[in-house]
Amino acid sequence: MVEQEGIRRYVAHFILWIGIAIVAFPVYLAIVASTQETGVIANGQMSLLPGGEFLKVYYQTIFVGTSGSTREPVGTMMFNSLVMAMLIAVGKIAISIISAYAIVYFRFPFRMPIFWLIFITLMLPVEVRIYPTYKIVADLHMLDSYAGLALPLIASATATLLFRQFFMTVPDELLEASRIDGAGPFRFFWDTLLPLSRTNMAALFVILFILGWNQYLWPLLITTRDDMQTIQIGIRKMITTTDALTEWPVVMATAVLAMLPPVFVVVVMQKLFVRGLVETEK
Amino acid sequence: MANVTLRDVRKTYPGGFEAIKGVNVDVGDGQFCVLVGPSGCGKSTLLRMVAGLETVTGGEIDIGGRVVNGVEPADRDIAMVFQNYALYPHMSVYNNMAYGLRNRGMAEAEIKSRVEEAARILELGAMLERKPRQLSGGQRQRVAMGRAIVRQPKVFLFDEPLSNLDAKLRIAMRVEIRKLQRRLNTTSIYVTHDQLEAMTLADVLVVMNGGQVEQVGNPLDIYEKPATTFVASFIGAPPMNLMSTRPQEIRSQLGTGGGSAEAGILGIRPEDFVITDQAPSGGIALSLTVEAIERVGAETFVYGARQQEEQRVAATPGELPPGEIIVRIPGADAPAIGQKIRVAATRAKLHLFSADGRTRIEA
Repeated sequence: MVEQEGIRRYVAHFILWIGIAIVAFPVYLAIVASTQETGVIANGQMSLLPGGEFLKVYYQTIFVGTSGSTREPVGTMMFNSLVMAMLIAVGKIAISIISAYAIVYFRFPFRMPIFWLIFITLMLPVEVRIYPTYKIVADLHMLDSYAGLALPLIASATATLLFRQFFMTVPDELLEASRIDGAGPFRFFWDTLLPLSRTNMAALFVILFILGWNQYLWPLLITTRDDMQTIQIGIRKMITTTDALTEWPVVMATAVLAMLPPVFVVVVMQKLFVRGLVETEK
Repeated sequence: MANVTLRDVRKTYPGGFEAIKGVNVDVGDGQFCVLVGPSGCGKSTLLRMVAGLETVTGGEIDIGGRVVNGVEPADRDIAMVFQNYALYPHMSVYNNMAYGLRNRGMAEAEIKSRVEEAARILELGAMLERKPRQLSGGQRQRVAMGRAIVRQPKVFLFDEPLSNLDAKLRIAMRVEIRKLQRRLNTTSIYVTHDQLEAMTLADVLVVMNGGQVEQVGNPLDIYEKPATTFVASFIGAPPMNLMSTRPQEIRSQLGTGGGSAEAGILGIRPEDFVITDQAPSGGIALSLTVEAIERVGAETFVYGARQQEEQRVAATPGELPPGEIIVRIPGADAPAIGQKIRVAATRAKLHLFSADGRTRIEA
């Protein structure tokens, strides 16, 4: 399997390169398009080689914004998206690790009903409960705010379940050794359980950050001010222009910029992420 | 330094299962007490109750003159070594040992000197910065011991600490634990299902079965005078031969002297048999057909079937099939399989028990 000789290996590599090309070409195209002049793309005469407008287009995108539809610069949108994604990822991890700790390690009344209640919310994603959620957020005066963007998405059954499963694989003796060592519930959580959950938290962070970054429906509903909109909404608004030419280089530059944070997170966390998903040694 | 006294200790689980049915044990200061018994006999539960990891349903647990029934494990002044060591995987060896001391708010300098002293005793000096996963099984075991030592507790509790080690290491660690305990002179309670470990380590041996204490005492006394057929067959390997005294063959040889009249079960240790044609006076002689031979070098085990079939004797564990007798003879010379032999044991080597196996009858 590892030592394949001659022609078979070239065939295999050829197929792999085709795969890479299929995945990478649209991205390349977006990057190329973001360096052209607006008119060139609209004419359908775009070259497959990068144009000369790179600095100008990206400067305009990040700091100025389009001249038409949505006038916010992408810098603001990225900041909004970043805040939202971070709040969602960190908030979800914090809340679910605490609730999983309670469910696994404490015997309190109605423990199992509460667990099932959390479990059932798996069936109620934002799309399903969107009207009541909107109503609550509106009543709390959280429209057009970071809290409104992030809070409704923070409670997470999946992450709670993940941590519950992980905690149940932690040997009971660790808890008992901690008790004998004089560590109370808080110390055990902080000194033992959190460090052991590090890789799980990293894996979850990657997934949740991307999930948060890519939110579309919810931010679309609750943000009306341009300076609160996220980048995903921004792209969408840039494309639809009523009486002007769509500024494709700016749209493409925005798309490229929108890709960067998730890519950055994955690249930085890759090692921990993979370990968190495959690690069995406790 | 402390005595540990258990007074009528009971444990009933919420489901109604009685795990411990009234245990009385007294472990003197500096003594090494071993709880031994088959799995499910409640020995680990009892140890965990002493540690404070299980609640006590009834009775009193007294450590150093203080009843600790409601006291948190950390405040009982005990240290425990777990079967799977329960080292904190993310902490270095040093921190594993220091953690409990830090939680007590001990000064960092004192912690350092204690950990280094323990590391010196256990030869862990070079490994203080390693993580548990970088250590071998034996080294992890030492760290677990070190974590107990640095606490300088009144009582060490060991929960089958050697059962995850391979046979050779287990013997080495067994000796080390004994030496260490002698040196520190700390009262210890040790749980095991291995009767060899129990015999070699214990000052006080407690044989448990079904949540009850079968016999307490010096290991050799227990070996020589087992109080019940359970103890007789559990302590000693291969187990004591137990036979019903009802068959005529045995009855007639025993005569009616002493306690043998009411005896229901006769026990003879494999090494107390001699292969001989002469019937000893006052002893017992049996005719056997050799069915299997086990040579282990210095000695040989002969498995024989009694000529006359007789009734079943209930004696878990390590129970022999009815009519089968093990004879242990020195050296490697053994009769051939299928050969008929006569074995004899003198009167002094016979153990007599009541028919239900619960009482020893002194002849």
